[in-house]
Amino acid sequence: MASKGNPKGHAHEANGSAAAPGANAHLHPPARLTGAEILWATLVGEGVDTVFGYPGGAILPAYDALRKFPIRHVLVRHEQGAAHMADGYARASGKVGVAIATSGPGATNLVTGIATAMLDSIPIVCITGNVPSKVLGTDAFQEVDITGVTLPVTKHNFLVSKTEDLAQTLRHAFQIARSGRPGPVLVDITKDAQQGSAVFDFEVAKPRPYRPHPMLRVEESGLAQAAELIRNAKRPVILAGHGVMESGAMEQVRALAERAQIPVALTLLGLGGFPASHPLNLGMMGMHGEAWVNHAIQEADLLIACGMRFDDRVTGKLSEYALKARKIHIEIDPAEINKNVKVDVALVGDLREVLEELLPRIAGRDGSAWLKTIEASKGAVAVRDIKNLPDLGHLYAAHVMHDLWRIAGSDAIVVTDVGQHQMWEAQYFHHGKPRTLITSGGLGAMGFALPAAIGAKFACPDKDVWVIAGDGGFQMTAAELSTIVQEKLKIHIAIINNGYLGMIRQWQEFFYERNYEAAPLVSPDFVKLADAHGIPGRAVRTRAEVAPAVEEARRAPGAFLLNFLVEKEESVYPMIPAGSALHEMIRRPGKRAKDPLEERAED
Amino acid sequence: MLHTFVAYVEDLPGVLTRVASLFRRLNINIHSLTVGRSERPGLSRLTLVCEASGEAGHRIRASLFKLENVVDVDDIAQAPAVTRELALIKVAATPRNRAQIFDLVEVFRARIVDLTSESLMIEMTGVESKIEGLIEVLREDEGRILEICRSGKMTMRRGHHVSSVLRAMGAGDAEEARETQENAVES
Ligand SMILES: Cc1ncc(C[n+]2csc(CCOP(=O)(O)OP(=O)(O)O)c2C)c(N)n1
Ligand SMILES: [Mg+2]
Repeated sequence: MASKGNPKGHAHEANGSAAAPGANAHLHPPARLTGAEILWATLVGEGVDTVFGYPGGAILPAYDALRKFPIRHVLVRHEQGAAHMADGYARASGKVGVAIATSGPGATNLVTGIATAMLDSIPIVCITGNVPSKVLGTDAFQEVDITGVTLPVTKHNFLVSKTEDLAQTLRHAFQIARSGRPGPVLVDITKDAQQGSAVFDFEVAKPRPYRPHPMLRVEESGLAQAAELIRNAKRPVILAGHGVMESGAMEQVRALAERAQIPVALTLLGLGGFPASHPLNLGMMGMHGEAWVNHAIQEADLLIACGMRFDDRVTGKLSEYALKARKIHIEIDPAEINKNVKVDVALVGDLREVLEELLPRIAGRDGSAWLKTIEASKGAVAVRDIKNLPDLGHLYAAHVMHDLWRIAGSDAIVVTDVGQHQMWEAQYFHHGKPRTLITSGGLGAMGFALPAAIGAKFACPDKDVWVIAGDGGFQMTAAELSTIVQEKLKIHIAIINNGYLGMIRQWQEFFYERNYEAAPLVSPDFVKLADAHGIPGRAVRTRAEVAPAVEEARRAPGAFLLNFLVEKEESVYPMIPAGSALHEMIRRPGKRAKDPLEERAED
Repeated sequence: MLHTFVAYVEDLPGVLTRVASLFRRLNINIHSLTVGRSERPGLSRLTLVCEASGEAGHRIRASLFKLENVVDVDDIAQAPAVTRELALIKVAATPRNRAQIFDLVEVFRARIVDLTSESLMIEMTGVESKIEGLIEVLREDEGRILEICRSGKMTMRRGHHVSSVLRAMGAGDAEEARETQENAVES
């Protein structure tokens, strides 16, 4: 931080004015600052250099002090965008993302973004202004009890009404957000707490040492039992989730898989935690996972769940889930143990630490018979790599994903929205590295992709960032195109335009007798919309145009939008209907003539 | 089954909402909840009784611990403990039919704490069943009970729970002993 000088800040410091804290206030001896200054000084001290926000009356004192600090403020177009940007920033970087909003409507607009971060365990800190403490609880103008509203969707939240509590509370908020199982924390600051002054001492404001959850437990006997189960298993499968990345256990999971020759199935949020190209990688499990993955889970005699929570989209019908398997659950949140699936061995702790303890007990093992069985079960539907399929003039989203993956490569960060395109991305874009897929898994919040990608770009300015959004979801937060322009960001946008709320249409096709109620969707010409923002773009209608268009977007000096006009009534296969067992899947209808997505062994 | 949790929580505004909200979110009805100051400065002690499946105890306790303001949680389960409830019961009674109630109060080892020409107030502490017994007998005369105010259960484990005692209590309590010990160190 020290090197990030802010000329204005330094000038003030040189004057020695106590009221002008400067960029490095957190490094200086205690000084009397306003609450607004304490806010920024504390953020700088916590390592924050970018925040996403939107001003309003109750937070204006904070905005007024911002110029003195080396923090880049990104003006969003809707506070939901601010929360998603902070979230995307956190997912891409592993650091805490920060969103700022005013009281009342500003604060309530954050809620969807906060819930998104809550359900996916993403560390963000949201700061809201509130009315002066004297009028709290009086329905003052733009007063909303935002700590009450967000109580169930935050890991914790605070109301600060005294300037002297501010630094300590903010530091505590950062600690909570990033510790244990991470999550969003909201700090609501009354206007008078921003305007008042107090002595600021960053060191003194340090929170008490983090207390790990008292029910974490990794016992010798549990480790021994887990090792024994692994040694004796004939048909083991590793289930790798988001926790692999959160705890940085990629190497350890890989070591376990390789040493004991255990295939690895991934959750949606786990994609990238284990390389897609690895011979032991099975692919994504669950509702839209490939048949052989779910089949392997149903046939397994041992599941080793690593940093995943047996979500219903992953297990299907619980009473028929992996009945033949013993289960080892390695998980940092004790409240997840035996929540959905009863396990035989629970190792409750940080995944990487647990695996470090477990690995010395794991010997080499011959897993070839089981691996061969799985390979054989892939049969005719094995090959999803469709590069050689004939081009019949239609454009399928799967083609787009595939070609994008081929060209963008494994270093690109892909940020998806929610719907069919999200699942196609997960199936056809093969992620090789952690933190390269950013998607709303738990909440499934449409509108996530564009703002989250902006956050990701700020976290990783040197990486290629791709937005993949549906025509529906894109329109929910399309206003953030202006933010991209204002911040001069190079973000590639791919809209998978099928003219429908596609996933809704698919459910209606399968489960509601094709009653496509409220699923067809009129959209603006997205290329013109981009153009109105000064963002170049191109519509893509055939497979042949895909690769050149993707290259063109990559070559463009700034943002670029591609409007992929894909098949309208295509569905994501296979699919396990909600509430069904993993083996009860809807497969792609057989032998449709000239169906370029029909999987054949030779493809 | 009925679960009884004893928790130490920070004595701050909104903490009770967080605890209550957890049970609301889990769709678990709280039978009773008592809160008051404890021997630990800045911490309140609460006893919470709720109905939930047998396996739910672990998850509830784990979830309570996840609340930032919760410092300690004990799932009393079947452990030896003393449980008491306080009830204030106002009954209609005139000087002519008081004597009968005086006798009842005597039998139940309750006390009369207020007396007017039309009513009297009974104070009673005890286990739930005893309080319910008294209420049942009073109900035999229709219209007699005017008001009932019950505190809900308060529970405390038996014995002097320093870690050495807990350890001596044997294998079954080993886990609890360790936790209590940890918590003791924490606080
Ligand atoms: C905010 C929000 N509202 C509603 C939904 C329910 N929903 C899930 S997928 C979907 C359709 C998405 O349509 P589109 O963005 O066009 O993507 P597609 O499925 O066509 O790829 C809807 C409405 C949701 N996930 N999020
Ligand atoms: Mg669509």
